[in-house]
Parts: sequence; structure tokens; C-alpha cells
Amino acid sequence: MTVDDPNHTTGAGGAGSRPIGRCMAQVAMVMNLDKCIGCHTCSVTCKQAWTNRPGTEYVWFNNVETRPGQGYPRTYQDQERWRGGWERVNRRGRGRLRLKGGGRLRKLFTIFSNPKMPSIQDYYEPWTYDYETLINAPLSDQMPVAQPRSLISGDPMKIEWSANWDDNLAGGPDLVADDPVLKKISDDVKLEFEQTFMFYLPRICEHCINPSCVASCPSGAMYKRSEDGIVLVDQDRCRGWRMCVSGCPYKKVYFNHRTGKAEKCTLCYPRIEVGLPTVCSETCVGRLRYLGLILYDADRVLEAASVEDPKDLYEAQLDIMLDPHDPAVIEAARRDGIADDWITAAQRSPVYKLAKDYRVALPLHPEYRTMPMVWYIPPLSPVVDRIRDTGHDAEDAGNLFGAIEALRIPISYLAELFTAGDPAPVDAVLRKLAAMRSYMRDVNLGKDTRPEIPANVGMTEESLHAMYRLLAIAKYEDRYVIPAAHQETGRQLEELSCSLDYDGGPGMYVTGSGPFGEASGQPSPVSVETFHALRVRQTTDTPAGPDNKDQRLNLLNWDGQGRPEGLFPDNEERRDG
Amino acid sequence: MNTLLWTALPYVTLALLVGGTAWRYRYDKFGWTTRSSQLYESRLLRIGSPLFHFGLLVVIIGHIIGLVIPESWTDAIGVSHDAYHIQALVLGAIAGFSTLTGIAILIYRRRTTGPVFMATTRNDKAMYVVLVAAIVTGLATTLIGAGVVGEEHNYRETVSVWFRSLFTLNPDVDAMAAAPASFQIHTLAGLLLIVSIPFTRLVHAFSAPVGYLFRPYIVYRSRDAGRPRSRSGSSRH
Ligand code: SF4
Ligand code: SF4
Repeated sequence: MTVDDPNHTTGAGGAGSRPIGRCMAQVAMVMNLDKCIGCHTCSVTCKQAWTNRPGTEYVWFNNVETRPGQGYPRTYQDQERWRGGWERVNRRGRGRLRLKGGGRLRKLFTIFSNPKMPSIQDYYEPWTYDYETLINAPLSDQMPVAQPRSLISGDPMKIEWSANWDDNLAGGPDLVADDPVLKKISDDVKLEFEQTFMFYLPRICEHCINPSCVASCPSGAMYKRSEDGIVLVDQDRCRGWRMCVSGCPYKKVYFNHRTGKAEKCTLCYPRIEVGLPTVCSETCVGRLRYLGLILYDADRVLEAASVEDPKDLYEAQLDIMLDPHDPAVIEAARRDGIADDWITAAQRSPVYKLAKDYRVALPLHPEYRTMPMVWYIPPLSPVVDRIRDTGHDAEDAGNLFGAIEALRIPISYLAELFTAGDPAPVDAVLRKLAAMRSYMRDVNLGKDTRPEIPANVGMTEESLHAMYRLLAIAKYEDRYVIPAAHQETGRQLEELSCSLDYDGGPGMYVTGSGPFGEASGQPSPVSVETFHALRVRQTTDTPAGPDNKDQRLNLLNWDGQGRPEGLFPDNEERRDG
Repeated sequence: MNTLLWTALPYVTLALLVGGTAWRYRYDKFGWTTRSSQLYESRLLRIGSPLFHFGLLVVIIGHIIGLVIPESWTDAIGVSHDAYHIQALVLGAIAGFSTLTGIAILIYRRRTTGPVFMATTRNDKAMYVVLVAAIVTGLATTLIGAGVVGEEHNYRETVSVWFRSLFTLNPDVDAMAAAPASFQIHTLAGLLLIVSIPFTRLVHAFSAPVGYLFRPYIVYRSRDAGRPRSRSGSSRH
């Protein structure tokens, strides 16, 4: 099967120069920020699937924040304050990684009260409205008003913050000024910033290769799955010490205040296991998310994460990603138990192509040294918009390159986000996107193409075409290349018991209180979905629902085909029957 | 009466502790948590919780020293009775007071912070009563034992002897019966507290994460290992 592609060579410093260590596979994501319209559909569908339960009202496994802005939770990127992720310290002349929030002893010492734990106000106090007054209010001249009520205390409250309070730069310069990323770039920049640009940054857990959340968990309840790299919390072993919450620099582990356990984005692993994309990817309006495999050398992770200059972290992470076409890599992958269909998937991986072949995807905050695996194609739109605003041709290569040259502000900002402040890689990516834009205009207008445009950015006409196809018109199967999980171990994947399908979990519909407090006691398990049912759904045009009619609507089970069970009351069925 | 109290009860306590913990582990792993309320309020927690927990750790160590090490051993290494009692009084009083202050702050916080109070179950409230009773009677015996209040009493000749005799399955009822009522009450409160551990949130004490100091930072687990076995029975096939 897997045939090596002679066009691919191993990069310098890559796998070719020394024997490949333990080869591991990771499901990774790329988001193309140019296409994000900030509609929050991804956040809402994710919430419907995973966190529409008591205790997780404030939790958004997927959130979309406007940049510049404070983010969610507020100012989470300020690691001097929150102390998430890793830091490099010099010990006996050698660089070593240490948890920024303190080592093991310190963790145990502060276990009774985590000093870096964000409060509910740092996220936001979730609320609902007192809708009943609308119906029950006595007749009067005034319109009745549904007052907001806190979902935490039940009291009437004033709404003062939310997960996207500063959406579209709402709140203006006052709020924007507290953006920790903005604070890093110089002062005069800040002033003109808002006129300069704005874009959306959808965020999920990064499913890091070197996850500091896992390293921070005193109970050892968090783990990285060795098959696909998904980072999960074992709900049976979590004891609620909350160290993961503060340990994650992206603040993507949340504390369920009703169950007393940590929860996080699961990369929709019940779906990934059967080859379906995550709910956020599936429902993304801009179709800007890509999912695919990355093979990496696990033995070199620590070394790569500890390079001295944070600006080298991007290259270091690229370096440990192995070329799935390299025969030596294929051999190592087989040696380490990676099945052939997974290797093929890795060769087709859009993530690998975008990150390593075309080098247009960048990691978010590599300086946290967790080796994040959700990468981003930085937006060219600010540059384009700026040119258009000044009345120039925004598809002209010269104009675009000139503007990239001139617009230092957005580039330094993007560099603070994606390359630890190094503008060069961001610059290079934007140039490639600009080249693609003007080159493809010629193609679309039927003009003669100009090979010097791709040459200018170090690409060939073919690779530029291929990149265009992947970015602009890629079909479902090309955007999501996800091999199904293997069951050779003998266990049938009958029951996708998931780390959250406990009482009140997405797979559950019974909520209540056990004898030892909220959600204690033996949960009555309800499967999220079955392997076969999902398979049927995946390949059918008609609805194929589980027989359990009273299962509540759960978008986790929905792949967009047919009508999900429970979406409408079953009048129709009654008529039929 | 004495026989029943000081022979049967401790063994019943032990049985309930072991059996209860095993039962809880088997049936309620998911409910086995600290049920932290730090998300709601952390200003008071930051003072009260360490004060209480660290105080309690010292108290536990004090109990082990006082109950397990026979008087003759400390005599043998030349620690005089007075010296022993002064250190026990000083350490015990400091630890006891910080535990008591800690729990007072925590209970105040629990009562006055709306969301924290809402998250308090009846089970929690009962547990607090037992816990406070054990702490208060314990502090009282510390003071009584050293003769600060009332008549001095050397518990190492009564309670400790009885405690050690439990483990040789030959309970020395007379030793315990000779202890003043205050000590007997504290012992009963202590037994009650021990029984309640597996059945309340106190159970989190058993998951003190010492293993964290020794394990590698990054935990890898195979997909199969991560799948809880007990839950495969609900397949709808
Ligand atoms: S982004 Fe995800 S994997 Fe990375 S440290 Fe945070 S919670 Fe862990
Ligand atoms: S659904 Fe897609 S386009 Fe909409 S906010 Fe999310 S990532 Fe952006």
C-alpha cells in the first residue's frame, strides 16, 4: 500500500539525520482564520453536545474570541498572572522544563487552595432569564420584563461580562487595552490598533503533545491517549484538585462546579473513533476547519519543547512532525504499531500539508511550550481590507506584498499569537496567501498565469494550485481525513462510553442528587452512540436513530444527515403507527 | 456498658471504615471528589482551607505520636513527662486552634456565600457537626490533659494503652474506663468521625495524591485501558 512519494524529502534536522524514536500518531486540527465569520455556530453546537448541563453553564469547550480582545476567561494569555504552561529554566548549564505554576511539591503544598485558579467572575457568571414573569405578570401599562437571574446563586443579577463580551471590539478601547497580547507590542501600536484590524479566533483544547494540564494533575486522572493523542480526563479518577485548570495556559480545562470534577474538550472522540469530524468542524459555517493525522517522534518532544529561544519553538515543533512519505518513517510507524490505514491517512492529512508542506499553518502560542496541536492559518483579510479601503486593487500581488511590508502592526500582533513574537514566519505565510490570491485571480479571469508569483514565495505553480484547492474548494473528505479506530484488540467498540457520560453527562438524561452530594452515586449509563449506528448514519441518507425514543436531542450524534431523533415531538410516528 | 463501648465499638468502626471505603470505591468513584467550591469563592477559602488542612495534618501526626508510642519509649530516650507534655500542649494547642479557626472560617464562608451554601448537602451539614465536635472535644482534652483546665490527666497511661491493646485484639477496657469523661467523649466523637469518612466528602482524604511526586509528568493511556469496564453492560445491541 503506502508508497513513498519521491517529491517529499525529509527536511534538515528532521528524521533523516538520526534514528527515529517512538513514532506516535496525533489527531490534529487546522483552522483557516481568513474564513471565520465569527458566527459562534461552532461554540453553540459544541455546547449543545457537551456542556448543556448543570455545573457547566459557564463552560465553552469551543469559544470564539475577537482579537484584539481579552479572551475567555479574561486575560488568560497573561501567563505572568495565571502561570499556565511550562517555562524553561537553566539547571546546571542545561535547559530544563518546569511547570510555570510550580513543581510537584509546590502543587501539593497549594492543593488546599489553588492560588492561580480563575474565579467564576474571570469566566463570567452564567445566567438565565426569569421568563415566567412574562406570562404571569398582572395586567398593567408597563411591559413585563424578564429579569436576568444568576445560574450560580439563583439571585437576580446584573449582566456585566460573558464569554464573548468584547465581541467585534464591543466595549472599545477600554476593554481592548487589557488584551495581554496587545500589551506585548509597543505603545504607539496600541493607539491605532483598532482602526488597523480585527479578526476572530475560534479556540478549543489544543490536545497538546506536551500537555501541562496532564503534568499538573496530582491524581494522574488526566491522560493523553497513546493511539490518537486526544487529551482526556478520567472522570472516575479525578478528585477535583483543580491543578489542571490553572496548569493549562489556554485555560481549556474547566471545573464542573456541580460534580466537582474537571472537564475539557474531548475532540469529540466518540465521533473521531468512527471517522467523523468533531461537532465544531462539522457545523462550521465557514468550513474552515481541517482534521488530520500527524506522526511525530515522541522521544524528541521534550528536547523540542525545551529549545532555548521561544522563537525557535515553531520550527522545533515542525521538526518532530515526521514525513509520512519517508520510508524510514513508515517503517518506524509500523514498528510502533501504527496500522497501515493510519499511515495512509497521515499521508493524506490536510493538517500535515498545511503545516509542513505549504507551511501556512502556525501553532497558537508556541511559547507556552506545550506543543499545541490545533494550528491556525493567520488571516490575510486585515491586509486585504486595508488595501481595499484605500481604493486600491486588493488582488494585485504588488499591492499585497507592499501592504504586508507596510502593515507592521497586524503582523507583530499575529506574531505574538503564533510565533512567540517572530514576524518572519507570519510574514512568509501572508505572502503565500497573497501570492495565491493574485495568482488565482489570473487563472479565474482566464489570463496568462504568472509563474513568478509562486516563485516569489518559494512555491511552484502546482503546489500553489494544490494549496488553493485545499484552502478554497476542498470537499468534506479532503478536509477531514480521519481513520477509524482499530478494534483488533478484540474488544468490540459497542459502547462508546465517554469520559463525560455520567450523571448529567451528555450521554445521560437522568439528573439528580446522590447521597454524597450532587451527582454522586452510580450513574445509569446510556451510551452516546453505538459504533454500528454511527456507521450506518455515516453512510446513509435516511435517518437512522437509536431505538431509544426518549433519548433527548444530542447533536453529538448528528452528522447532518436526516433528522436527529428527538428534534421534533413524535406526532408523525404516532400517525404512522 | 464500658465493655460494649470500648471493645465492640472500635472494631465496628474499623469494619465500617474498611467496608464503607471499599463499597464507595466500587460504587461511587464518580462521586469521590473534594467537591471544591473554590470556583465560587476563593478569598476566604485561601485563608481558611490551608489553615484547617495543615492544622489537621499536624493534629493527625500528634495523635499518632501520642497514641502509638508507649510512654516507656520516650522515657527510655530521656524525655521527661513534663517536657513531653509541654511539647504536646504547645503543638497540640497551636494545631488544634488553627484547625478550629480554619473550620470556623470555612463554615462561615459556607453559610454566607450564596452559591457555596446552595452546594451544601444535608450530608455535608451532618459531617460538619461531627467534625466540629471532634475538634472541639479534642482541643478540650489537650488543655485538660496538660492541666491547663481542670485536673491534669496523663492519657498516655489510659487512652493510649487501650488504643494499642486494640491491635493485639485484647482490648484493655479498664485502661479506657479509667480515663476522664472528657477523653471518653472525644474518643467517641473520633470514632464517629472515622466512620463517617467513607460516607461523606471526607473520603477525599484517602486520595491524597502522594503518587504525584513519583510518576512521570505526562501520562499516556491506551484507548482500551481508558474505557471503564463496568460500564459495558448497557449496550443496546
Ligand atoms: S490546551 Fe488542552 S491539552 Fe493543552 S494544556 Fe490545555 S487542556 Fe491540556
Ligand atoms: S462556526 Fe466556523 S465560521 Fe462560525 S465562528 Fe465557528 S469557526 Fe468561525
